[in-house]
Amino acid sequence: MQPNNRSKRILLPVKMWFVYLTLFVALFLNYIPTGHLPAVPDLMALVLAFWCVREPLKIGIGAGFVFGLLVDIGVGAALGQHAFAYVLLAYAGNELSRRVLWFTPVEQALHVLPLLFLSQVVMVVVRLMAGAEFPGWWMFFGSFVGALLWIPLHYVLLLPQFRPVERDANRPI
Amino acid sequence: MVGHSPPPFFKRGPAPLAKLVFFGIVSLALLVSDLNLRYLDAFRQGLSVLAYPLQMAAATPADFVRNASDYFASLVRLQIENKELKVRQLQGAERLLRLEQLEQENRRLRALLEARERQVAKSVVAEIMYTAKDPFSRKVILDKGAQAGIEAGQAVVDEAGVIGQITRVFPMQAELTLLTDRDQAIPVMVVRNGLRAVLFGSGNGLMELRYLAANADVQPGDKVVTSGLDGVFVAGLPVATVARVERDQAQTFARIPCLPAAGVERFGHVLVLGQREGVAPRPPEPEPLNKGKAGKARKARAAKE
Repeated sequence: MQPNNRSKRILLPVKMWFVYLTLFVALFLNYIPTGHLPAVPDLMALVLAFWCVREPLKIGIGAGFVFGLLVDIGVGAALGQHAFAYVLLAYAGNELSRRVLWFTPVEQALHVLPLLFLSQVVMVVVRLMAGAEFPGWWMFFGSFVGALLWIPLHYVLLLPQFRPVERDANRPI
Repeated sequence: MVGHSPPPFFKRGPAPLAKLVFFGIVSLALLVSDLNLRYLDAFRQGLSVLAYPLQMAAATPADFVRNASDYFASLVRLQIENKELKVRQLQGAERLLRLEQLEQENRRLRALLEARERQVAKSVVAEIMYTAKDPFSRKVILDKGAQAGIEAGQAVVDEAGVIGQITRVFPMQAELTLLTDRDQAIPVMVVRNGLRAVLFGSGNGLMELRYLAANADVQPGDKVVTSGLDGVFVAGLPVATVARVERDQAQTFARIPCLPAAGVERFGHVLVLGQREGVAPRPPEPEPLNKGKAGKARKARAAKE
């Protein structure tokens, strides 16, 4: 639990099994063969960024690396392509977490958008340097969709940490 | 975390920047060794065993969508298709009968000429499951792999011509790189005049005949077939049709985009052709005149082969 964000609710401490469960669910969703559909958000990057921002002491660069490798294997990309992008993403998420948590979910999404976008740019640059074809500008639309998804995701992923609201006139908070 | 370090009695591991540098370098090293040196196929296979169940589960919805359209196909359409297939089979049967006779005649004539017999390759029928998600390349996944005897390097055809080549094999799946992929090249010849060339994928669903002189005898509409010089593809398989020829006086080579003959971007059943055997060995490379860098590179290449 971060004591410094402006949420009115006090959250329960996060359960690590839930964090890893959501990461694996995101991995599963990333594996769904959508082919070359444009604007498919990278859910793995999104969920990873969420936990990196939310729990910088527990989820970070190491997790980014491991899940990046798993994505690389599953989607048939160059080995290390997603790993590299996610390592940078996780680092940036950890460093930004103190700042980002003070904002509302919509403003948080605006902070996450450049992170997602940059992780895609890193992948494109790496692959273009290796001589691949440029997949088209539509691909970058995925990070905008991802940033939009941050807002519902913010509630869904925090759901197990919410306490039931109980009114107690005598309690100070 | 920024600005002030934690008290020493909280164990937090290495500093974030150190971790970033370490993992960044490791992943860049992986990238280079995978893209340039191809050392990591064993590592990838090992990890793919971990990812495989998840991958299979994720492919199920796609599978379902693909099968559902077949399932709900109307009776009328199926009857029409059935009729068409019967007609086609009849036409094919007539051709097959003639082919048998021609093959025998060919064998006799070849025996007379003392030419080497052309080998007949064993092949496996497979189905395209889905397009690989990597947006930078054109690859599809087949539903048969090492267990069905598929090996990396085999050629893949459909009923109209060559589609591509197997590049990676997993136990139950195989990755097929399409001809239109940027990294894919195939030695071909023009049917009309036997002109040899190499056909490269150009990435946008087309292919390109490269390194042909600006005055080369190629016309739009020319059929291009495999030449069989690579020892992978059997000679004479249709590959592409020349779409147009752009001759620019300023350039040494003509720009010749080609349309693939087979349904390269379609789904369906494909035939994985067996490895060719008994291909004549390559002639020895001539000794380089100066033992410089070029000679070394060539030697390294020869050693790899």
